[in-house]
Amino acid sequence: MISGKIPHVSSGTLQNSFDRRTLVVAGLQAGVGVLLAARMAWISLAQNEKYTLASESNRVNLTLIPPRRGAILDRNGAPIASNRADFRVDLVPDRLTDPDRTLVELGRLLKLSDVRLKDLRDKLDKANGFQPVEVAAGLDWDSFAAISVRLPDLPGVLAQRSFSRWYPTGPSVGHLIGYVGPASAKDYEKERNPLLITPGFKIGKDGLEKRFEQNLRGTPGARRVEVTASGKVVRDLEMREDIPGQPLRLTISAPLQDYAARRLGPESGAVVVMDCLTGDILAMASMPSYDPNSFSDGIGRIEWKMLSDDDHVPLRNKVLRGLYPPGSTVKPGVAMAFLEAGLDPEATVNCAGGLRVGNRVFGCWNRRGHGTVNMAKAIYQSCDVYFYHFAQQIGMDPIARMMRRLGMGQKFDLPVVAQSYGTVPDPAWKQRKYDKPWAVFDTVNATIGQGYMLSNPLQQAVMAARIASGRLLQPRLLLDQKVPEAPSMGFSQEHLDYVHKAMSDVVNGPGTAGRARLPVPDVLLAGKTGTAQVVGLHISDGKTGPWKFRDHGHFIAYAPFDKPRYACAVVVEHGGGSAAAYPIARDVMTYLYDPAKAMEVLLGMETGWGGTPQERLNAKYRAYETRYGTSAPRPTEDDPVASANARAEAASARPQAEQTEAASPRPEDPAPAAAAPAAPEPPPSPTASEAPR
Amino acid sequence: MRAGVIPAAIARQPWGIILPLCVLNGFGALVLYSAASGSWTPWAVQHLIRFSVFLVMAMVIARLPRELFKLAAYPGYVGLVFLLMLVDLIGAVGGGSQRWLNLGFMQLQPSELMKPAIVLAFARFYDALPPAMTQSWRSLMPAAGLLAVPAGLVMLQPDLGTGLAITFGAVSVMFLAGLPLRWFIGAGAAAAAIAPVAFFTLLHDYQRNRVLTFLDPESDPLGTGYHISQSKIAIGSGGLFGKGFGQGSQSHLEYLPEAHTDFVFATMAEEWGLVGMLAVLFVFMLILRWGWRVAQNAPDRFSRLLAAGMTCTVFFYVAINLLMVVGLAPVVGIPLPFMSHGGSSMMTNMICLGTIMAVDRWSRRGTGLAG
Repeated sequence: MISGKIPHVSSGTLQNSFDRRTLVVAGLQAGVGVLLAARMAWISLAQNEKYTLASESNRVNLTLIPPRRGAILDRNGAPIASNRADFRVDLVPDRLTDPDRTLVELGRLLKLSDVRLKDLRDKLDKANGFQPVEVAAGLDWDSFAAISVRLPDLPGVLAQRSFSRWYPTGPSVGHLIGYVGPASAKDYEKERNPLLITPGFKIGKDGLEKRFEQNLRGTPGARRVEVTASGKVVRDLEMREDIPGQPLRLTISAPLQDYAARRLGPESGAVVVMDCLTGDILAMASMPSYDPNSFSDGIGRIEWKMLSDDDHVPLRNKVLRGLYPPGSTVKPGVAMAFLEAGLDPEATVNCAGGLRVGNRVFGCWNRRGHGTVNMAKAIYQSCDVYFYHFAQQIGMDPIARMMRRLGMGQKFDLPVVAQSYGTVPDPAWKQRKYDKPWAVFDTVNATIGQGYMLSNPLQQAVMAARIASGRLLQPRLLLDQKVPEAPSMGFSQEHLDYVHKAMSDVVNGPGTAGRARLPVPDVLLAGKTGTAQVVGLHISDGKTGPWKFRDHGHFIAYAPFDKPRYACAVVVEHGGGSAAAYPIARDVMTYLYDPAKAMEVLLGMETGWGGTPQERLNAKYRAYETRYGTSAPRPTEDDPVASANARAEAASARPQAEQTEAASPRPEDPAPAAAAPAAPEPPPSPTASEAPR
Repeated sequence: MRAGVIPAAIARQPWGIILPLCVLNGFGALVLYSAASGSWTPWAVQHLIRFSVFLVMAMVIARLPRELFKLAAYPGYVGLVFLLMLVDLIGAVGGGSQRWLNLGFMQLQPSELMKPAIVLAFARFYDALPPAMTQSWRSLMPAAGLLAVPAGLVMLQPDLGTGLAITFGAVSVMFLAGLPLRWFIGAGAAAAAIAPVAFFTLLHDYQRNRVLTFLDPESDPLGTGYHISQSKIAIGSGGLFGKGFGQGSQSHLEYLPEAHTDFVFATMAEEWGLVGMLAVLFVFMLILRWGWRVAQNAPDRFSRLLAAGMTCTVFFYVAINLLMVVGLAPVVGIPLPFMSHGGSSMMTNMICLGTIMAVDRWSRRGTGLAG
């Protein structure tokens, strides 16, 4: 190649140089060629597996189909929570190219209000890129079609058919069932399941929906499709149907639950109905409540504002998490303790409106006095002096024991998210808790269900059912297991009959709840009223004035009185006294025997209240929307129900303030309140065992 | 060797280059046929027609005399510089990047033509330069000026790839022309020193991103790294024998961007595997080897530099495109000669090869048809 002839030295030098450098450059180029060949071999052979996988995951799109959630059924198979086929639209934030334009376009196509759009923006701001955000569900075909045809211009928007959760009775079952919603980032952290970020998938957020999430969820279906880079489906490769979740059968009677919830009306309260033969919980209503239907797309600004403004704590399940001094509803139980301790029911005490212990007078709710009072009269007239007197004789420990046997202070084996179980105080408890000896006024408070004594409405219902049946009934919420025979409480039938008769007289005799008589022939209701003070008499008389200071109204009942079948407890928070509670119990119990008659009463009342709870919530929403519009603050919590529960938990764990005086018992009838309270004196310390007078 | 049945005019043709070219373009047309989901339109047929037209053009160029090349070198260069200015001007007025002149019947991209033109001009310059002066600065300064003007104009467009291609062609000729080695070493060292500074000051954002992404493609798999990632997936999933003709999912489902232009090699690799890739590499090796052979056998300095410079220009196309496709170079908009769909690059490369064919003819005439 190298020419040997060199005509001119300089030119020849260049020729030589050219030849040498040509070799160098060509050699370098060959080197690049080898490098390329090696690189190609490396990618296509050594890394073939990795890239084949990547290519497949490009080509094949596995779409999970959210499984149909298991239905929640009542004891007769009626749906409490079911699924409705509908059309929905979601956004995947990661795939949005122009969020603002997309939102405007969606708002126009779906006719979303400003508030809805703002809620949507809130959700979009908060969501991680991969978390789908629900735009709308339950769309009609026209809106769905309008979105579908524009999908190619709206990257990141998904329109699909799906199933959404439907609660036919809405707010009536809110606390009991809970609600479903899109999985939060925290849920996804906990459970790295791609199903959780599948558009349209919801998980249980509260109540039974949360507790039975794994049973209700089911197995997702899957659709394998070949897609182009822009997401266009080329063809279906494979399709697997979803397996619906298992249904959940409850002991609840859906119509009764709905009736009880609606009958509470605008009050803040709870109703529990139990079967006295099996312990089945037939109704467990807590109002006001939220509408689980409207929570499933997250909590918007208006809803948040409504929740924060409401002093009736609509997020708290009052049946399980509301703790109240049970008031005089404890008296039948205390009477049972007296009887067990050997007290003759015919033993009397003279009630002159108060009981003097040492240099202190403890007042009866009836300042004019009840005269001569035996046990029956003490129950149906709810005489406090009788209980003060004999409690001093018998002592706190047998009373506390009896209270616990009847269910007070107990946590039940129920499949619920949480229960607050309150307190049954006794001398040992007080010593442990406050390092103080038990005082006379502590017994006085405890025997009338005040002071340290706290219980939830479910415990009161269990107490009523156990006194009614004489059996150790356990509350039951799930129907899918054999009913265990409830063992006897070991009460003497004679004692039971005596207390039952007295409780019947509360309603059907000369008692404190005459107007609670059932409008049903041959069925006599037995019950016990309770009025629990919230603040001292020096702040409020408990009947009028600020709602927060009014007395709680209680009523426990069962029917029929001689052959107990159903037991019931009603609590009306700040209802002003038992008169707020027993009409509700009466109507709920009536519904069990004569639904039509009970319904008639309710419908009349609802006309005055402005409709069903659902209708009232909707009207309130509209009013709020008009009033606040988009100026309502954005929700500060992702999961307000869970946080409300957490707050209730924290509150119940907080030590109660030490009681330093006797509570002033409140009138059971809506009669004018007695004038002067017992003058509080520095607490003397006669012990409980000390005999009075 | 050749049988007398073959007419002399045909036997004279440089079959050593025409056959590989036909194979490569035919294969390219097949790949484009597949990329169009099994359709000859819109790309494959056009590709073959263009190839035929430009092959004829190359053969015509091959017939041109050496004196004409020498004569046209500077006027051609000046004319193209003028056109480049015109393009930049129109771009500045119209706002945005402008690379083409619309001639009515075709889009003319002066920067493409500048690639062979600068090699021609440089060959002419160093041919005329007295050999003794190659060692002095006078061999460098005019050449540097000749290069700086068009390269600057092209980079202003901004078209970094073409600018680099022009520079590469010119510098190759300078190197082969025998300029002192230390200059190149010095320039290389200086470039290495300046590169980081230029990277942060001279490059456009999108160019900087491309380089950054090249250094770490996984940093932004959906953004600028997308091209490289998808290209590697296409190549890697092809394996040894590929997924089969018409079976490439990366290209057909549009995951691979520019599947029929800049990334046509990845489209091919997915369906033909490593075997197809090595075959293409081999054909390019034949073409370039032919170019170097012609350069080495060229009768004079001008022809040598011309043929070698043209070979380097073609090499630059092939190397940068393939390095980019396999993820060894940043994404630069340079197509793969004879396989990518696109008229401009086909024209440029056929001009380069036509020029080499001309040199080949001159040397045969000079040495006689000894074969």
